[in-house]
Amino acid sequence: MEALIENFFNLDVMYRSRMLLWAGVMVTLRISVLSLLFAISLGMLLAIIRSIGIKIVNALIIIYVDVFRAIPVIVFLILVYFTGPYFGLELSPYWAAVLTFTINGSAFFEEIFRAGIESIDRGQTDAAKSIGLNFGQTMRYVILPQAVQVVLPPATSNSLELIKTTVLASVIALPELMKQAQQAHGYFANPTPLVAAAIIFLVILWPLVRLTEYLEKKYGKIV
Amino acid sequence: MELSNFAHYFLNIDVIIETFPALLKGLWLNVQIAVFSLAGGLTLGAVLAVIRVTLKRKETPWYYKIFNAPLGLYVDGFRAIPPLVALIIIYYALPYLGLSIPRFWAAVLTFIAILSAFASEIFRAGIESIPKEQSEASRAIGLSYVQSMIYVILPQGIRISMPPLTSRMVSVTKDVALASVIGVADLLKEARSAQSFLASPTPLILAAVMFIIFFFPFVRLANWFEYRWKQ
Repeated sequence: MEALIENFFNLDVMYRSRMLLWAGVMVTLRISVLSLLFAISLGMLLAIIRSIGIKIVNALIIIYVDVFRAIPVIVFLILVYFTGPYFGLELSPYWAAVLTFTINGSAFFEEIFRAGIESIDRGQTDAAKSIGLNFGQTMRYVILPQAVQVVLPPATSNSLELIKTTVLASVIALPELMKQAQQAHGYFANPTPLVAAAIIFLVILWPLVRLTEYLEKKYGKIV
Repeated sequence: MELSNFAHYFLNIDVIIETFPALLKGLWLNVQIAVFSLAGGLTLGAVLAVIRVTLKRKETPWYYKIFNAPLGLYVDGFRAIPPLVALIIIYYALPYLGLSIPRFWAAVLTFIAILSAFASEIFRAGIESIPKEQSEASRAIGLSYVQSMIYVILPQGIRISMPPLTSRMVSVTKDVALASVIGVADLLKEARSAQSFLASPTPLILAAVMFIIFFFPFVRLANWFEYRWKQ
């Protein structure tokens, strides 16, 4: 028990590593918000383009979505960061991470938004057209508001997953929460910072787990 | 960049031939981790789901019901925590308590914990979606609670659980690449060493392609479950 407290909940170490961890939290939050914004926008854009139904474009989108859903994020991240320079694409760890999470996340969000758009009966589009709305207006006033209900539960759950994957940025030495915790762990030779980081992640992410559950119950899961 | 240059860096045939055997060995490790994690995670998840459903019954005495809280904590905790964080804590922090686990098994243990948490919630939702009358009817024809679970409720509950379960299985299986972070000589790790040893990005590209080819069928399968299984 003493060893447990000494190594996992060492208040002294926790106190002395607080600045490092706090800086890490800020980076984690920044990168999460930025990647989420980009991924959701790109995903929605792709889903809308796909709903227009140009065959060759759709085929390209399907390839994009399937490839980026199939590749493990860490593999893609390392690919972007370490092979980018050979390619003339020299990104800082920060932007390499944002780019990776955006592309990977957008593939999942595209599928979610597409399911949302497809869940709206075709007749509604026709009706909207017949009362003189153009494509943009139909989307804006008829389809999207309804699709949101179908989309909200999986989109929340996917946002949670995306925030969870930002931890991977520690592998390319981005000083986000986990990286800082690992550094503090090495510095103090005590794993308390790792435990502290895990607790911080739980505090941030647990509400999202509950929210996902709540939304799934409220709007019903698409099973 | 000229095309010959591009081929030299990214699809260098010599490098591919030289590194392919090592990468294949790495992928085999990934497969092993995945198989152990899936088997363990699904089994533990199903057991947890049945325990939690049973604990929720009216007939269960209160002194059993208190176990619901720690189980809920486990399930929610492992659904909230990023897999890499769990992995690093299990591998780097537990030895301080005198609990050293080899890399390979640390990875398997992590993924089992995570998959079982997700699977138990998915199974539980599946079990709870089966109408109460079914379990009443099976009790009426003389089956015990355990028998009605095994022969009546679970087979239907699992069927309903398949679509979300498959996509979760795919995402946990994809996480096996994280094992490279704690030094398991898996596909990603082999590719990275080959990349720095040969100063060529080809092994990384090759690894990415191998991962994609490997996971592609599963992504499609998950899709199939989501759209076709409903009928």
